[in-house]
Amino acid sequence: MQKKISKLPFKGTPEQAAALQKVIDANKHDSSRLMGVMHEAQNIYGYLPIEVQQVIADGMGVPLEKVYGVATFYAQFSLSPKGEYNISVCLGTACYVKGSGDLMDKLKELLGIDAEECTADGRFSLTACRCIGACGLAPVLTVNDDVYGRLTTDDIPGILAKYGK
Amino acid sequence: MDMVNVKVNGIAVSVPKGSTILEAARAAGVEIPTLCFLKDINEIGACRICVVEATGARGLVTACVYPVAEGMEIQTNTARVQKARKTTLELILSTHEKKCLSCVRSGDCELQKMCKDYGVEDAGMFDGFRPTYELDTSVPHLVRDNNKCILCRRCVAACRQQFVSVIGANDRGIDTHIACAFEKPLSEVPCVSCGQCVVACPTGALTDNDSTADVWAALADPTKHVIVTTAPSIRATLGECFGMPVGTNVEGKMVAALRRLGFEKVFDTNFGADLTILEEAHEFVERVQNKGVLPMITSCSPGWVKFAEYYYPDQLDHLSTCKSPQQMTGAVLKTYYAKKMGIDPKDIVNVSVMPCTAKKFEINRDDQNAAGVPDVDIVITTRELGRMIDRAGILFTSLPDEEFDAPLGDDTGAAVIFGTTGGVMEAALRTANDWLTGKDNKDVEFHEVRGMDGLKEATYNIAGMEIRVAVASGIASANYIMDTIKSGNAPWHFVEIMCCPGGCINGGGQPIQPAAVRNFTDLKALRAKALYDQDAAMTLRKSHDSPVVKKLYEEFFDDGIGGHKAHHCLHTTYVARKKFQ
Ligand code: SF4
Ligand code: SF4
Ligand code: SF4
Ligand code: FES
Repeated sequence: MQKKISKLPFKGTPEQAAALQKVIDANKHDSSRLMGVMHEAQNIYGYLPIEVQQVIADGMGVPLEKVYGVATFYAQFSLSPKGEYNISVCLGTACYVKGSGDLMDKLKELLGIDAEECTADGRFSLTACRCIGACGLAPVLTVNDDVYGRLTTDDIPGILAKYGK
Repeated sequence: MDMVNVKVNGIAVSVPKGSTILEAARAAGVEIPTLCFLKDINEIGACRICVVEATGARGLVTACVYPVAEGMEIQTNTARVQKARKTTLELILSTHEKKCLSCVRSGDCELQKMCKDYGVEDAGMFDGFRPTYELDTSVPHLVRDNNKCILCRRCVAACRQQFVSVIGANDRGIDTHIACAFEKPLSEVPCVSCGQCVVACPTGALTDNDSTADVWAALADPTKHVIVTTAPSIRATLGECFGMPVGTNVEGKMVAALRRLGFEKVFDTNFGADLTILEEAHEFVERVQNKGVLPMITSCSPGWVKFAEYYYPDQLDHLSTCKSPQQMTGAVLKTYYAKKMGIDPKDIVNVSVMPCTAKKFEINRDDQNAAGVPDVDIVITTRELGRMIDRAGILFTSLPDEEFDAPLGDDTGAAVIFGTTGGVMEAALRTANDWLTGKDNKDVEFHEVRGMDGLKEATYNIAGMEIRVAVASGIASANYIMDTIKSGNAPWHFVEIMCCPGGCINGGGQPIQPAAVRNFTDLKALRAKALYDQDAAMTLRKSHDSPVVKKLYEEFFDDGIGGHKAHHCLHTTYVARKKFQ
């Protein structure tokens, strides 16, 4: 699957911009440090929208397409912001055979977004993850640091309600 | 030179040290198939179609990048090699949209030829899942169809060589595809429209944004006066579409073919080239005398102009305000010629045949409509003309030689060499030399600005004035020129810049030669030679000696070179462009 590009407006702060600039200034003499800079940028912003990639490209002296190519090649980079609550559904084998795919579908339906997207109000984002080592509880999902296990689709509205949905 | 002795399929050859197996095989008269390899441009050894067996190597090695060693024995056709190549082809085909019947590259597609050679015939074998892609038709200069892309990355390398790098590989695994950052269409990124990616592509994934249907429609419309003009370099390349040797000058046959296609008048863009020299030389002298912005840079090449507008928007006053020869020719056709012939410019369809994909972009720029209608209506590339001639059943190679129509047919040698890097500079020097010395100088050749180097510099002493010039072709060299200007250290007075490496003879609209030819032939030098030979054989070799241009100033632009009337028709302006939309 191609990486999803968020359509949500960019909400970077001057503090974030200053932090990114500092990272770039420390690395711009060596374009082979591109990936490291992208990593730091993602830590600062939570994701890598065009506004951020453009600053990185200009700062590091590489074409924007090169930054984008790297961002879409490595799974660790995201083009979509994380919500206040990031819901991560395990699609590892154990969870999947116990129906985590259905959990994912239910979440998509209730939140009105696709996997790897964020709701327009910035509150919820949805991601798929590989095995988190809680197979005994399959199927499992996490909301930020909270873990929920042995779920059915009927449990989903209640979980969302806990976080104000 | 240190030589190395090797054997290719048992044939002994001696090749320079450092040669690749591919080169050694060539020397032995053996062709090894390649897909990703383009000499000096894309040497990544990625597709593995070129694998061979070589002593001293454990597995199969990629001939395109593997260097030979003394005593090496190479086998290029063993059962093992053939099986490996066939498997590679089958993998490529498993994600390829196999539409040869309607594909414009059918017949000269490198993938198609290889599949035929290796007997990859079972089409049904590949009916599996494959990702599908929308076509990118957002720009006038090309169409990208990733369904036919084999990910050889030759286009990516060509774009990188042009210092533009707006395309690259996005995503990974089966989703890997060539596109722009954030999946933007080409129209929203700073692509300079050069078409170098198109001539690099081995398949039908990158093709002309074809305009031949519009030309056929105009030719079929009895209410239209349909004129064609051909750029200087077309005569040096069109023959390649019909299997003629690279560097054959086919001017006479080209004119004959255009007449047989039904164009009412067949003119030569060389006329506009001569005109450009007069206006540009005048502008240059004016800048020197009035302490205007120097160096002045030529503006004939729309890809270069677009590059400047995107990447050096604060330096645009270095560009000559002259329109390009294509646009000057068009402007004169729709004004002077229309008036002379008593035809309403609205009823004229002006088709130009260009070596250049960026010309398709140029006709829609602002300010390119001297008569209130577009100066040029349709641009087709050399390739598109070749296809029209094929469709019309004209047997090109057996055509007689014919001559361009008057009044825009008589040109000079100065105009002919516009088609190669250094040509515009040499033409301008010929005129400047005569004007400044007040003499009719017999020595008209300026060899320092000839040749295929990306950057050439020279200093001339003309009538006591020292003139320092530079000639750049390819955007990488253009970029160097602009950086130097920006830093305030540019020593030059006058600079010629062409977008494509080698100039128009190597333009993005020229016939596509397969890698098997490109890797072993200096296309640029051979094509350029055809133009220099024609120039040397001509009696009129200076733009200001062109009788047609002289007459034009007497009859139409009667306030002279650089006057108000000429300015209105023949000059233009530039805009700063935003890189990403
Ligand atoms: S790109 Fe080549 S193989 Fe593919 S459809 Fe076109 S001609 Fe056939
Ligand atoms: S037309 Fe030129 S600038 Fe545009 S993508 Fe192709 S090679 Fe790059
Ligand atoms: S578009 Fe053509 S040149 Fe570019 S990667 Fe695909 S097949 Fe190769
Ligand atoms: S690996 Fe040699 S041509 Fe592609």
